[in-house]
Amino acid sequence: MNAAVASQPGAGSTVADRLSAAGTANALELRGVTRMFGALAALSDITLSIRPGERRGVLGSNGAGKTTLFNCITGDFPATSGTIRFFGEDITEFPAHERIRRGLRRTYQISLLFAGLSVLDNVYLACRGVSRGRFSLLRARRNDALMTSAEDLVAAVHLSDVKDSEVATLAHGQQRQLEIALALAGAPRFILLDEPAAGLSPAERSELIEILTSLPAHMGYIIIEHDMDVALRVVESVTMMHNGRIFKEGRPEEIENDPEVQELYLGGAHG
Amino acid sequence: MAIAREEARDPTTNGAPVSLAPTWLERIPLAYWIVGFLLLIMPLIASNFVLFQIFGWSFILGMIALSLMFLAGYGGMVSLVQMTIAGLAGYVIAIFGDSGIDAISLNWPWWITIPIALIIATIFGTLCGALAVRTEGIYTIMITLAIAAAFFYFTRQNYTVFNGFAGFNGVLPPELFGVNWRGGTAFYYLTLFWATASYLAVLYVSRSPFGLALQGVRDNPRRMAALGFNVTAHRIAAYSFASVIAAIGGILLVWSNAQISPGTAGIGPVIDILVIAVVGGIGRPIGPFIGALLYVLLRTFAIDVLVSVGLPPERFQLLIGLGFLLIVFFSPDGLLGLWDRWRARAARGLTDGVRPVGGRDITGDDR
Repeated sequence: MNAAVASQPGAGSTVADRLSAAGTANALELRGVTRMFGALAALSDITLSIRPGERRGVLGSNGAGKTTLFNCITGDFPATSGTIRFFGEDITEFPAHERIRRGLRRTYQISLLFAGLSVLDNVYLACRGVSRGRFSLLRARRNDALMTSAEDLVAAVHLSDVKDSEVATLAHGQQRQLEIALALAGAPRFILLDEPAAGLSPAERSELIEILTSLPAHMGYIIIEHDMDVALRVVESVTMMHNGRIFKEGRPEEIENDPEVQELYLGGAHG
Repeated sequence: MAIAREEARDPTTNGAPVSLAPTWLERIPLAYWIVGFLLLIMPLIASNFVLFQIFGWSFILGMIALSLMFLAGYGGMVSLVQMTIAGLAGYVIAIFGDSGIDAISLNWPWWITIPIALIIATIFGTLCGALAVRTEGIYTIMITLAIAAAFFYFTRQNYTVFNGFAGFNGVLPPELFGVNWRGGTAFYYLTLFWATASYLAVLYVSRSPFGLALQGVRDNPRRMAALGFNVTAHRIAAYSFASVIAAIGGILLVWSNAQISPGTAGIGPVIDILVIAVVGGIGRPIGPFIGALLYVLLRTFAIDVLVSVGLPPERFQLLIGLGFLLIVFFSPDGLLGLWDRWRARAARGLTDGVRPVGGRDITGDDR
């Protein structure tokens, strides 16, 4: 693409290139991403492509590098080397908040919420974070557009009944649902879900699956999930990680039936 | 607690909005009306000494401590540079306006010097913030203390602009509307007005998107970045906002003393502001004013107390220190914390052992 554009003279070709790249580029494109902690390589040479709207599961044992992969994509920790492109744009050097403003979102394995604020305030902050007026000294009103979208999001994750409750008073499952609401704020293009089902009851898990499967089709995500029943119901492709490297990629049923995978991770106990 | 609680909540309807929303006036607790009324009529019952020396000074120190409370309580940043910002604003008033030091003071009119003082002090505070927000916890305290100490020694050694050790005397407020603003009643209302305005501004901003985001940054900076907030920019902006309040306090302080010298913003007063804020309570904006009033009362009357019990009067600092030690020891969240616990106990007594519902209100709602 770049070579083709370079051969065309004129300033307009750059814009055309970017427009075309935005239309055709992968949602996420990782090339040779490595993250070192001292001498330890938490991620080694990860190369990964995810199409817009694709729903990908990332599986692997503890220490496989799944959460580090998320941290590198969102900029919580920068990658030591390699490049990360988000819808065609190189975001490798961007600070975390700039990546978020481009439509990338994430949830955390351990709920990172604002425990002293109400449910609605938490979601409102998330909506405000990706809109204008972050420094506004004027209070919002109930009929404010952002407040309305915050209320809608609270309803979407089934928390309307407790929207004015302090987050510290919520049950674990409700806090996990709120995590997802924060990630959905401001029309994201792609979400990274870090073990959203951890610690949920079977009923809460079904509710989570319902929330994930009812997301708009253009909204892709990567989900880290130990629970194969949850993971395999909400993804269309799976990446297996092992020791900071990609071990296998494929459709869920291929991965599930792969003898190597079964031996390494499922121990034959599953299915 | 909610950002935009336009409707009041009725506990009997489980938090649902009540159709007849009371106005903001009706939501102010009775105690606030009483305190407000007493403050308004104070000149009728108090002497000029009490108005000027006790209340005027308390309001000024309260404002400077309030700027620290805003940073520490809402932003989680303990800044020791607030008194220095106030001192700089006072110096700018003396340098650009009138003072007894004709060789330095420029004698510019008040309507130029006051905006200049506010702007310079705010820029200075913002720059201090830009340096300090790179650090956390004890390091923020150290870096701001270092700036405060540097300012103290710089003003003491610089004679061309800051007039060194002597500083400036004869710095008086302008005679607007033919009023002598250093008169007891006039100065009382002047400081009361600005203290109230600062208090209400902090209360209002604490529930604005900026204030909420600042509290989010305090609780969880990493998560705030993951919501699209520029954490560093928010922290620096908090320093700017706090600097404006500290600067207003500094201007009133130089008028109150009619002089300013390096000692005004020396290490002692810098620490005093921290003590005032902590003793009052940094959880809510009213705390610094309570702390300031207690501090001024102790500073003013400790000597009399010592003399009356036959102790040497030069030990008054010891008495002040002991007082603060006791408060901090028994209530780490200051006098406000004592008050909250007393109220909770009273409420428990009333409801026959039923604990009051609700958690800590970090937005300082309805107070």
